[in-house]
Amino acid sequence: MKRALKIYLEKPELAGVLLLLVLAAFFELRSNGVFFSYQNVRGVLGLLPEVGAVTIGFAMLMICGEFDLSVGSVFAIMPMSIALMLNNGVPFWPAFAIGVAMCAAIGFLNAFITLRFEIPSFITTLGMLFMVRSLTIVMSGGFPPLLAVDKVPMALFTGFIGGGLFRASFAWFVALVLLASAVMSRTNFGNWISATGGFIEAARSMGIPVMRVKFTCFMMCSILAGLAGTVQVFRLQSPFPNLGESLELQAIAGAVIGGVALTGGVGTVFGAVVGALLIRVIDNGLVLSRIDANWFKFAIGALTVFAVVGNSWLRRTARRIKLEV
Amino acid sequence: MPAPIISIRGLHKWYSGVHALNGINLDIEAGQPIGLVGDNGAGKSTLIKVLSGVELPDSGEIRVEGQLVAIRSPRSAMQLGIETVYQYNSLVPNMSVARNLFIGREPLMASVGGVGVMNQRKMREDSTRAIADVDLHLRSPDTLVAELSGGQRQGVAIARAMYFKSKVLILDEPTNHLSVRETAKVLGFVKGLAAQKVTTILISHNLHHVFVSCERVVAMARGKIVLDKKVAETSIDEIVDVI
Repeated sequence: MKRALKIYLEKPELAGVLLLLVLAAFFELRSNGVFFSYQNVRGVLGLLPEVGAVTIGFAMLMICGEFDLSVGSVFAIMPMSIALMLNNGVPFWPAFAIGVAMCAAIGFLNAFITLRFEIPSFITTLGMLFMVRSLTIVMSGGFPPLLAVDKVPMALFTGFIGGGLFRASFAWFVALVLLASAVMSRTNFGNWISATGGFIEAARSMGIPVMRVKFTCFMMCSILAGLAGTVQVFRLQSPFPNLGESLELQAIAGAVIGGVALTGGVGTVFGAVVGALLIRVIDNGLVLSRIDANWFKFAIGALTVFAVVGNSWLRRTARRIKLEV
Repeated sequence: MPAPIISIRGLHKWYSGVHALNGINLDIEAGQPIGLVGDNGAGKSTLIKVLSGVELPDSGEIRVEGQLVAIRSPRSAMQLGIETVYQYNSLVPNMSVARNLFIGREPLMASVGGVGVMNQRKMREDSTRAIADVDLHLRSPDTLVAELSGGQRQGVAIARAMYFKSKVLILDEPTNHLSVRETAKVLGFVKGLAAQKVTTILISHNLHHVFVSCERVVAMARGKIVLDKKVAETSIDEIVDVI
């Protein structure tokens, strides 16, 4: 019993899960039952995959001990370049593949500059945030180009599956969550990510290819951000050049609320998803409760601090439950 | 007489103008625990880094059981059976004992290009056994390393080296920052290694520890070996004089 309690209290995502349950119940009451209505759930689930995918990539990178502030800009540049390529006669799939390759290249560059010159990824990716955003705006000429909707296989991205509750993007998202969780908890690569972020000297001295691990995480983070932005543009059907601005901060908040440690080594994919979902729930719940939407950022901020304080309190409590080790 | 387990000839290493290793020749006999002592900057850490694959030598030869080898990385050192337990610990605090035991050498059930699904059951069962083998008693292999005492952590690191059947175990200041009782425990682990036919190289500031747990002592100063004797034939005073 004591052991089970300790194990649960030590789960880094526990605070996030508890907050999610409390807030969902609160908004359900405040909105007189609109919150869990079919239409509303459909709306929330439509948005979740976009922020969620960015948060998962970000969380895995954070667990391996690095940081990527450029996700918001990468989120915009991939759909922008796809839209422009479509307008210039490139067929959809080649355009899509080039978009993914471009994101991978940005992630590679982030990793290369950070690791080759041994500077904090905070700085590298802050620079990349500005550069990629600027490129996106220059490419578009400052105005959103038309998206050639007829060339995009919408059913594969944002179409509702069978006209029902879930969009195709949600199915992809579920697959991503399952895959990423399995990688983190069941494969040796996941073990290497945790070890690299947890204590890089030990990881290196045990022969883990820490450089390769970091490169992979940087590239995965960028690719997921680009894909998420592409899905959002296909849903909105307009590639705004300023899409995803300050998204990096939401991704950090989501990951941290979900129990990912800023210092690396600790966190789970499930926690990151819970964090992303919490942010969506607050955004939506505030609107439904007829609270001024400008309180959204206040709520996210307060929640981030609260979740981290709560998490460290839970962990300390767990430590205090002394078992014979 | 069999070939020495490790034989070093003419090893040199420079660090930006500092001659850290200046022509080291050393034969280490199998099964003979050896103590490596010296003041800060004497070159003992550099020697250990070369043997464990962290640093590459500028010149010189290393033979393991008579075979000329090139130790290019920590992994290649481990493949040769040379494992190192570091001063500041070679375990990741936020990971479980079982995961730490198999870091970088996870048993896989299926894999593509070296990445695959870990056999977690085997990891838990084998780590429980490996830890019991060094006489360390932990309740569960799922315990986080962060919850262990310093001595227990070194015990896990030693258990790991034993599990992977290393022939040579290098202990780099394993008792730094440990309480007296914990230190005694770690020195106990080291003694247990000799019985299991593992050759240990103990690096320590504490000459007393070297005298109780080693048969031979090698002292270094300014990148050279300045004394190499059986423990029984020398004294702490003589060693202090040369280093």
